Amino acid sequence: MEGQLAFYVLSACILGFAVLVITARSTVHGILFLVLDFLFVAGLYVLLQAQFVAVIQVLVYAGGIVILYLFVVMLVNLKRPPEAHKDRHRRGRLGVALSLVVLAEFVMIALFGYVGPGVGAEGGGLSVRNVERVGWMLYTDYLVPFELASVLLLVAMIGAIVLARREL
Amino acid sequence: MITQTHYLVLSTALFFIGVVGVMTRRNVIVILLSIELMLNAVNINLIAFSYYLKSEIGQVFAIFVICVAAAEAAVGLGIILAFYRNKETVNIDEMNLMRW
Amino acid sequence: MIDLIVIPLLQIVFVLTGVLIAVMYLVLLERKIQAWVQVRLGPMRVGPHGILQPIADVLKLFIKEDITPVKADRWVFTAAPIVVLVPALIAFAVIPFGSSVSLFGKKISLAIADINVGLLYIVAVASLGVYGIILGGWSSNSKYPLLASLRASAQLVSYEVAVTLTFVSVILTAGTLSMVGIVNAQFNNGVWFLFVQPLAFAIYFIGGLAETNRAPFDLPEAEQELVGGFHTEYSGMRFALFFLAEYTNMIIVSSVATTLFLGGWLPPFPNVRALAFLYYVPSWMWFTLKTLLLLYLFLWIRATLPRYRYDQLMRIGWKVLIPLAIANIVVTGAGKVLLGS
Repeated sequence: MEGQLAFYVLSACILGFAVLVITARSTVHGILFLVLDFLFVAGLYVLLQAQFVAVIQVLVYAGGIVILYLFVVMLVNLKRPPEAHKDRHRRGRLGVALSLVVLAEFVMIALFGYVGPGVGAEGGGLSVRNVERVGWMLYTDYLVPFELASVLLLVAMIGAIVLARREL
Repeated sequence: MITQTHYLVLSTALFFIGVVGVMTRRNVIVILLSIELMLNAVNINLIAFSYYLKSEIGQVFAIFVICVAAAEAAVGLGIILAFYRNKETVNIDEMNLMRW
Repeated sequence: MIDLIVIPLLQIVFVLTGVLIAVMYLVLLERKIQAWVQVRLGPMRVGPHGILQPIADVLKLFIKEDITPVKADRWVFTAAPIVVLVPALIAFAVIPFGSSVSLFGKKISLAIADINVGLLYIVAVASLGVYGIILGGWSSNSKYPLLASLRASAQLVSYEVAVTLTFVSVILTAGTLSMVGIVNAQFNNGVWFLFVQPLAFAIYFIGGLAETNRAPFDLPEAEQELVGGFHTEYSGMRFALFFLAEYTNMIIVSSVATTLFLGGWLPPFPNVRALAFLYYVPSWMWFTLKTLLLLYLFLWIRATLPRYRYDQLMRIGWKVLIPLAIANIVVTGAGKVLLGS
């Protein structure tokens, strides 16, 4: 019963703050709502017994990536935000309509797509030794993707440094 | 009883909100934020299925998604900074240097 | 019901009150110790030998006028001090203050929550504290606080990497992420991790000095630099919250160092039978003693060393501490494999 209440509260907060992110007037407010959103998503992960990913979400996503965004917003200190001038070519309604098409596509796939062998409605039972098992998988079964991910991060770091320099 | 359908609906709704954000906002930073929302929707899906299939594979995949999101955010913001230095705008409609 | 709500609530109230009182008296202790190092007396007027000085300070900050700059973003301006203080306080949830205590016939553990990712939780929560600094500087709508906050947050983020890498070597040695588990690992090994990982302790302590903006890394808030740092425009209670947050961070860094390197609540030589009489001292008293020792080290360093320049600071963080921490991890891993433990 508590699990149900937690899920509904967390989902309401996640979706509510997501809407606030995309409709915020000021970019910094949008970023702050995004941080709150990520914290609630981390709470959802704890509910799903994924403690390691929850902490990584807070540490990397909320505490690293979004700080990057905040830094850039402060360095790009604009006098008037882009939304301030009216643009005749703006077709906001068309954007929402296209998004509804995407949503309809998802619903179609969910309703009429191929359904694999049934998954038990009872979930959970994941071990308390969550970190050990995730680490074991990363280093044995999925070692190659792990190494590739570290190369990707190295390349991204070099790329970001080169792109943001004043002179090459 | 919370089944995986609940989580599917939640992640679809979050993904939809991200798509609306990408299609309607003009500020390129808000567009990147909406992309992060979409990535989070995918992550929620992966973790939910890891829970219901009783295996940690979904969590491992979610960690890789977070890595890729970090790399993409860093490079994307570098591009925005470089563009801002040249054109003094973050309005995506004015980022049309490659249009003929 | 009682186990789920009443006992944790009691623990939380106890820990929060203790921490806030400790922070107040830490401020007084700092002033006194700095004074004695400089051959003067420090606060002596309020109460005998200045004991009631913190109460006077709190009163003063309460009744000061609360100014908000004209074009400041009001919501973010109000939220910034809160965003700095709350992560510092909630990090206390996983710190084990002692082994366990029997109260009213129930065994209450002295760690509010012993989660299986305790150490990572502290790192994650510390990384959230950077937001308050950035937002505080930005929402003041003024040049100097903005620049100072960007410098301070860059410093914090850089040293966070070094600190997290030292945690990795401690986790390798202990084999677990849970804080209580790390102390138990020190008990099983019979030796504090200070002697197994001295380099990690040194790097962690230096990184902790930089993380809490303490001397010699306190450029972001030095009085001679950048007007007043990121809290220039703050006055009264909001400034008090920034101040509180800094000292609470100091206590967190010391407590984590105690748990990880100095054996937490264990007496010295925990496995030696002949010294079993040391167990008569309560476990929380050992913890407090060790934490106070490390806090004294913080204050001593502030009174003694001059300040680093910002580029020297960043150079130390990136070019010295991080390679040393990575080398430490490699040596620890190699040692574990070769010794087969």
